[in-house]
Amino acid sequence: MAAMPPMTSFQPPLAVAIRGLFKTFDRPAVDGLDLSIRVGEFYTLLGPNGAGKTTTLRMLAGLLPPDRGAITVFGHDALADPVGAKQLMAWLSDEPMIYDKLTPLEYLEFVAGLWGVEAATAEARARELLNWLGLAPQAEERCEGFSKGMRQKVALAGALVHEPKLIILDEPLTGLDAGSARQVKTVLRERVLTGSTVIMTTHILEVAERMADRIGVIAQGRLIAEGTLEELRQQAGRSGTSLEETFLALVAQEAEAS
Amino acid sequence: MTHTGTLGWFARHELRLAWRDWIWLLSGGRHRRARRALFGFAIFALFMHGFAFTMVARYAEIGVEADKTTLIVITGSALLSWSVMLSQAIESVTRAFYARADLDLILSSPVAARRLFSVRIVAMALSIAVMAALLAAPFIDVLALRGGERWLAAYGVVVAMGLTAGAVAVALTVALFRLIGPKRTRLVAQIVAAVIGAAFVIGLQIAAIMSYGTLSRVAILQSDWVVQRAPDAGSMLWWPARAMIGDTGALAVLLAVSFVLLGTAILVFSPRFAQHAAAAAAVSQVPVRRSGRSRRFRRTTPMRALRRKEWLLLRRDPWLVSQTLMQLLYLVPPAVLLWRSFGEASDAPMLLVPVLVMAAGQLAGGLAWLAISGEDAPDLVATAPVSAKRVLRAKIEALTGVIALVFAPLLAALALAAPDAALAAAPTIALAAASATAIQLAFRSQARRSHFRRRQTSSRIATFAEAFSSIGWAATGALAALGSWLALVTGLLAAATVMAARKLAPSHS
Repeated sequence: MAAMPPMTSFQPPLAVAIRGLFKTFDRPAVDGLDLSIRVGEFYTLLGPNGAGKTTTLRMLAGLLPPDRGAITVFGHDALADPVGAKQLMAWLSDEPMIYDKLTPLEYLEFVAGLWGVEAATAEARARELLNWLGLAPQAEERCEGFSKGMRQKVALAGALVHEPKLIILDEPLTGLDAGSARQVKTVLRERVLTGSTVIMTTHILEVAERMADRIGVIAQGRLIAEGTLEELRQQAGRSGTSLEETFLALVAQEAEAS
Repeated sequence: MTHTGTLGWFARHELRLAWRDWIWLLSGGRHRRARRALFGFAIFALFMHGFAFTMVARYAEIGVEADKTTLIVITGSALLSWSVMLSQAIESVTRAFYARADLDLILSSPVAARRLFSVRIVAMALSIAVMAALLAAPFIDVLALRGGERWLAAYGVVVAMGLTAGAVAVALTVALFRLIGPKRTRLVAQIVAAVIGAAFVIGLQIAAIMSYGTLSRVAILQSDWVVQRAPDAGSMLWWPARAMIGDTGALAVLLAVSFVLLGTAILVFSPRFAQHAAAAAAVSQVPVRRSGRSRRFRRTTPMRALRRKEWLLLRRDPWLVSQTLMQLLYLVPPAVLLWRSFGEASDAPMLLVPVLVMAAGQLAGGLAWLAISGEDAPDLVATAPVSAKRVLRAKIEALTGVIALVFAPLLAALALAAPDAALAAAPTIALAAASATAIQLAFRSQARRSHFRRRQTSSRIATFAEAFSSIGWAATGALAALGSWLALVTGLLAAATVMAARKLAPSHS
């Protein structure tokens, strides 16, 4: 049974509220999922392969229609008003999809155009982001010869150039070298500090352990545990263990129960 | 049981992959569709036999001792087909070098890679021959039914042509590799393939126009000028033509020569294939290219950004431009015809209408695929705060702009030469382009732009529907230019083709 966020004296408003979300392909991928993520929170979704993490995020990003359920993003009904919800979000997957024939600057100009960002503002942000991500020397080179890490950084800059309030990332660190991974993590942390909300899936438990304010564990399309690392340990009944051990114990308990 | 790593083992492996590929192409991965596709194929084969009957039945009586003019026309047509086969073969060989697929696995394994490449060269030559035989089958069958079984020898000629095309393509591509290196071979080979495929037909048409003022390539082959200069009917040059008519001796020689050629190509070149494939993998295929002068971000709207992106991507990709605009090469002969008849009171410009309409349909189909299906960042566009309808509208506007840019000057020239023809051409060009776009829209599926050449294999129904609707609108344009009411009938047929294709298209939620 998923744990709801603990009650504290101050509860920031919800950035994301997912209620009773279902999606079935040849078998249920997401099975009645409820999820609440607060504004300014760094939330990490963990789960074994095929647990429904990517499907959940793709539905949240408006890339996949759910069979049923409700998704609210900063109060916007994302299913009834997808364009309004998308205005507030950015999506980044593990496979950076950028245009080989455009330069990073041209790519960012295009993305800013899609989100209707004013040209001068967009350009300043684009140059700042490319500087920040160490891509300034390649800013006017076509992306076709870029490595996976460079492409991922261009895609990340694209996700940030319109200053989204909600950043959705699906395994953004896959295939990145240590330096690039650190740059991406730093950028994401900075964004959270400036008030953005981040929801991310990852298989790198150390990243979740270090970066996430709260962690959700998903298995067979259901949220089986949620909370801070300490809260997860309590739910797993294993105090003082690593996230890896806690995660494996929670997944094993769920498998036994089902 | 075949021993691993032997020629037979590789052949079995390749056969299995090819078979599954074929089934997938036919069915799109669904069994029910495979049955439907087979049924559709049977209907199509029947239709083609009917079409072939109207085209070639009257030539069935041509005997083995044909006259020189007949031999010239048959040889010319065979050369035309062979140039197309060679063009396809060069494409296949280039793909064998550059498409990584399983090459890394094979090259890193302890088996002799030359065996795999030997099998692949044979498979490539055979697949080209089989494809050509399938296309030629209705014509050969009709000739055999009407003129006797001797015409079945034409199948042997087609196989021989496929094998020689494979051998020449291997030699040509390896020569390119050695001459200009792996970096440039890919692009140059693709351009050479396209030019070989188009040059012969275009050359014959231009020659016919210059001499006789007609688009018919047969006119030049039957001309006194060619007949007088061609070798005597007994020359070896006519053996392929004689073999096609049913001269078994000529056929045996032709097949023997083609097998020897292919065998030699395999023996000489297959050991180097592995070397070249490794070299192709080693070179950075994309040199660093800067965008040029740095400029400020421009004020824009989402729609404008989408349109500009489409135009920029098209402009920046010479390979795509060459593939897309290659179809426009076929407009060169009509342009020559237009130029020749300019200022003269002749009906020649009327001939241009169907050519222009056909070209518009084909060009629009290619561009529509690029804009609608060939989206390299689908998630980005889908997560942007722009509705899917507006995204599609912007993309269609972008491709309409390109079509207008290409055809407006041609239409303007036509309007000056023959206003009636231009009046018929303009709406039918628009209709052909709109139909091709509508078909691509109905059959849209997410793909990489670099897979442009494989777009026709993603849906056979879409490919045929696009071709038939373009032919329908071309006929409509031609008939309208001649003032015939039959234009209404062909127009309705073209529209029905589009509607039927949309009915058969997968649903998009």
